[in-house]
Amino acid sequence: MDRIILHCDLNNFYASVECFKEPTLRNQPVVVAGNEELRHGIVLAKNQMAKQAGIKTGQTIWEAKQRIEDLIVLPPDFKEYQRYSKMVKEIFRDYTDRIEDFGIDESWLDVSGSRRLFGDGMQIATTIQKRILHETGLSSSIGISFNKIFAKLGSDYQKPMGLTYISKENYKEIVWPLPVSDLLYVGSAHLKRFSYMGIQTIGDLANYDHQKLKRSLGKWGEYLWLFANGRDTSEVARQTYTFPVKSIGNGITPPRDIKTIEEFRLISYVLCESVVARMREQHVFAKCVTIGFKTKEFISFTRRESVSVPLTSVHQLMEHVMSLCERNYAFDVPLRYISIHVSSLVSRDAPQQLSLFEDAGNIEEEKLDIVMEEIRQRFGTFSIRRCSLNCDMELTNFDPLKDHTIHPVNFFR
Amino acid sequence: MKQYVDVIAYHDQYDRVTPLYIVWDTGIKYSVDKVLKIERAASLKYGGVGLRYTVRIHGQMRWLYYENPKWFIEKIE
Repeated sequence: MDRIILHCDLNNFYASVECFKEPTLRNQPVVVAGNEELRHGIVLAKNQMAKQAGIKTGQTIWEAKQRIEDLIVLPPDFKEYQRYSKMVKEIFRDYTDRIEDFGIDESWLDVSGSRRLFGDGMQIATTIQKRILHETGLSSSIGISFNKIFAKLGSDYQKPMGLTYISKENYKEIVWPLPVSDLLYVGSAHLKRFSYMGIQTIGDLANYDHQKLKRSLGKWGEYLWLFANGRDTSEVARQTYTFPVKSIGNGITPPRDIKTIEEFRLISYVLCESVVARMREQHVFAKCVTIGFKTKEFISFTRRESVSVPLTSVHQLMEHVMSLCERNYAFDVPLRYISIHVSSLVSRDAPQQLSLFEDAGNIEEEKLDIVMEEIRQRFGTFSIRRCSLNCDMELTNFDPLKDHTIHPVNFFR
Repeated sequence: MKQYVDVIAYHDQYDRVTPLYIVWDTGIKYSVDKVLKIERAASLKYGGVGLRYTVRIHGQMRWLYYENPKWFIEKIE
């Protein structure tokens, strides 16, 4: 028996919520965008009218305004979006317990076991779509298929208020003519390779020799080939299942570019403090550090290093971050964005091999971190901080732990 | 325009809320004769979500939305 998997995507989610709440906005072009003064001024979502004028997510506000002069730009209200998202997920819960979120506005639902109660996939999808509109006022697109990848393609196929059923019988007609870039997890690097190989559509990919794909793209070649042939077998995770964390990280675009290593140090301190606090929350140590850089000219790259002694304190993490940065970046071009990630996480309870030649995690430093965190929890983030951070309040006045961040989600968790 | 109104309601121990009177801004109290339907619904016209009570007030049907903690009223078209 085939599975029935729905992928539900709330159309233009942020903009839809804003337009729903303020009916006067509905006939005007509206975008939701970050704060321009803090240099987060990119379009996060747009409504149908703005979309028709060619405004795209990720454009800067001034680019968008070149297309429509009297564009209405609204700041995001993430709390409100989360409230709406929660209401929609409550509707899903009436039909299945297998719900996997993919960001705030997309979810997969496995309704294979609900057929007897609520009818076939199409019926369930129709009911859910109607209920979302009736109960929250939002429009949605739903893809129905026998695997997650095709369900996702289905929800992108018709917008807004689309219902697309991709079955084992019709997938060759619907999916295969689509450009290969529509397939989940096909990125720009893959596209380049594919164009050399003469692969333009998903059908081309599906009919390509999969051994050859594997040789040239590695395991991803095989995955994508399986996806294109509808042989994705990954399950929709159960709602109650929490994925073990694989990495922890924070990043920031500060209000001005980072020109010197000293400025880099200040910002890194704030990021490291947040990363270490989150590591402690997850009860883990880290054995690998990654720094992500993005220059003023929008060139991005990452540098990473593994460490022999697991990292436990802000001080230790900072030492590695600074040495990585010194070795890899000379600040010829100012940096626009930096991020710090730790991975290769090990549980705090796991036994550790101590080194004869290096100090194990300094207990005093860790105690200091813990005390600082406790003070922050009681009296607020800015109640205690390193004195050096006060040298440049403009750069360091942010709170990565509490400020909103939507972490990218990975399919292969 | 969304018309927020004062409401006198009965809150029972099971978290159920029943509106009893609507108090207009002129101070006049209108009693809710009967609650005909309670459902989750959005006010598509004015933008608002919550519990929608279909009520009869003085022989007239109205939609009364409970946005927790505020109430607003919409005319049934």
